[in-house]
Amino acid sequence: MTIAVPERHLLPVPPGHPHDRGGKAQPMLIVQNLRKFFPIHGGILNRKVAEVKAVDNVSFSVQKGETLGVVGESGCGKSTLARLLMHLMPSDQGTLVFDGDPVDEPRGISLRDLRRNMQMVFQDSYSSLNPRLPILESIAYGPSVHGVKRADAKAKARDLLEKVGLQPDLFAGRYPHELSGGQKQRVNIARALALGPRMLILDEAVSALDKSVEAQVLNLLGYLKRHFNLTYMFISHDLHVVQYISDRVLVMYLGQVVEIGPVKQIYEAPKHPYTMALLKSRLIIDPDTRIDIPPLVGDPPNPINPPSGCRFRTRCPYAEAICAERAPSLGNATNARDEHLAACHITNPIAGHSMAGQTLQALDGEEIVKRATEAR
Amino acid sequence: MTDVPATPSLIAQTAAPAPHVRGYWGNVWNRLKYDHVTLFFLVLIIAVILSAVFAPWLAPFDPNKSSMAARLKPVMFKSFYLGTDEQGRDILSRLIWGGRTSLVMGISPVFLATVIGGFFGVFAGYAGGKLNTAIMRTMDVFFAFPSVLLAVAISGSLGSGLVNQMITLTIVLIPPICRVAETATSQVRTMDFIDAARASGAGTMSILFRHVLVNVMSPVMVYSSTLVSASILLASGLSFLGLGVSPPTPDWGLMLSTLRQSIYVQPLVCALPGVAILITSIAFNLVSDGLRQAMDVKA
Repeated sequence: MTIAVPERHLLPVPPGHPHDRGGKAQPMLIVQNLRKFFPIHGGILNRKVAEVKAVDNVSFSVQKGETLGVVGESGCGKSTLARLLMHLMPSDQGTLVFDGDPVDEPRGISLRDLRRNMQMVFQDSYSSLNPRLPILESIAYGPSVHGVKRADAKAKARDLLEKVGLQPDLFAGRYPHELSGGQKQRVNIARALALGPRMLILDEAVSALDKSVEAQVLNLLGYLKRHFNLTYMFISHDLHVVQYISDRVLVMYLGQVVEIGPVKQIYEAPKHPYTMALLKSRLIIDPDTRIDIPPLVGDPPNPINPPSGCRFRTRCPYAEAICAERAPSLGNATNARDEHLAACHITNPIAGHSMAGQTLQALDGEEIVKRATEAR
Repeated sequence: MTDVPATPSLIAQTAAPAPHVRGYWGNVWNRLKYDHVTLFFLVLIIAVILSAVFAPWLAPFDPNKSSMAARLKPVMFKSFYLGTDEQGRDILSRLIWGGRTSLVMGISPVFLATVIGGFFGVFAGYAGGKLNTAIMRTMDVFFAFPSVLLAVAISGSLGSGLVNQMITLTIVLIPPICRVAETATSQVRTMDFIDAARASGAGTMSILFRHVLVNVMSPVMVYSSTLVSASILLASGLSFLGLGVSPPTPDWGLMLSTLRQSIYVQPLVCALPGVAILITSIAFNLVSDGLRQAMDVKA
């Protein structure tokens, strides 16, 4: 028996509201053991010869009302993760639980209802709008698919255009090529909000905008989050933006979660060497503290054949024999609320690592730079 | 009560005067009206179509009324404005009536091929995978033959007559339209707005009709309009070879064929059906080109 989500107008669902099925303590989204391998075909008979391990055993949870920032290099699987959560591609393995209801299972929430509760804003503002439809039609399409009458859907779309800062009288009949990048992204946000979702996944939503427009859109996102009681999952490669907007941060590397925790703790005291190197790579405006040698050199290894054990060990300044033998585990990320977890042997006092139990900050920060130069 | 912050962007946008939003077809016409060549030939096509529609009233003579005395007369002979053919029939009237057949032969196969080929192309492009391969490789088999040869072969096996000629030309025109539609659909399928539509919970049919078709229709129709001139030429060629309508039906290709033997007697008169074919073909060609330019919306 599928539990249907009742018809809702675009009203926010505050905690404790009857539509808030799980209650305050229930995470909005629990992801367990999500996996997606892309097959590579080759040979004469075009059989599968290898797999690209895009997302490998990812588990985490998103709390209600928070903004979870997801950071990582290009190719770490962030966008694949977003598309898997939106069910735009089938996953090989893994379960999702949305507000207490398992997704796409007989006694849980159906895919159709999940899509009314969770929506996505895409990165490329150009290709994410139909160039042949006026933006009002683009926004009104989602509700009309779910049975809302066209006049109501258009009225809803006009209301949303106003909320995202675009005057409906001026912008409703425009085509996407008549809008700037920032305006297009606002339309994308309005389109995502048209179905009245409770959670938004923002896949590099501000990455293609210049800084001033980016600031405007980020402020808009903050306003909308308060107004509509939304939960955000904000995927980005820009560490400054993630720090500005997130409550908790999740760090991904080569398809796996390597660290998760509150934003302040991660940015001030990271526990994973990869996070530490990423943060050290940020460009600092002060010319006196300029760094000449990058803390993180090279490219991530091939996801078809990742290194054994810990996947970061080929670029890690603290790598030892134990790191090649055993892959470190993150811990119970689906239950972590304010805990700061990292998948590294150093954080585990009983692992066989020589520096186990110490914090990375206690170890000399210059160690990374020195070992990196020695390695090269 | 929510407080909408008066962001600078909101202020800037309300202060500007409301622009007159023209819409897509408004923009197309706006570009088209400065393209004088296209407009001229568009008027010409409309003139040809109107003359074909009003043929019974426009033609000065009965196209089938032959006269043994007035055979192969030159241009402007008495009231025969364009001369007579080898059976004494007025060329002008036969050209006007022949326009009916030629236009029907030019437009209907293209229209049918667009519907059928477009359907297969969109289906193959959106489905992808093995279905795509099956359909496109079948079309490739037809592509292997030159169009004239294919038309003659199919026409020869079906027999002569208007309906058979239409079937022939439709079959010949389906593969290129299918290919254009499939390419356009494959490109559209990878765009993010299709993913966004799927993420909104839309079904395949809804996405196809609301999102895919509007984007695919434009390149397909522009390509189809270029095929009209090719279709007219092919139809004339088939009639010339005797595979089309049978005499005494007036038809430009058939007229060319029968007048060919008399070309040393009245060269100008015998070339006139060819001129008619040429003008109509070029007109459709140039108009479709102009339409393509006007519809290429990026700015």
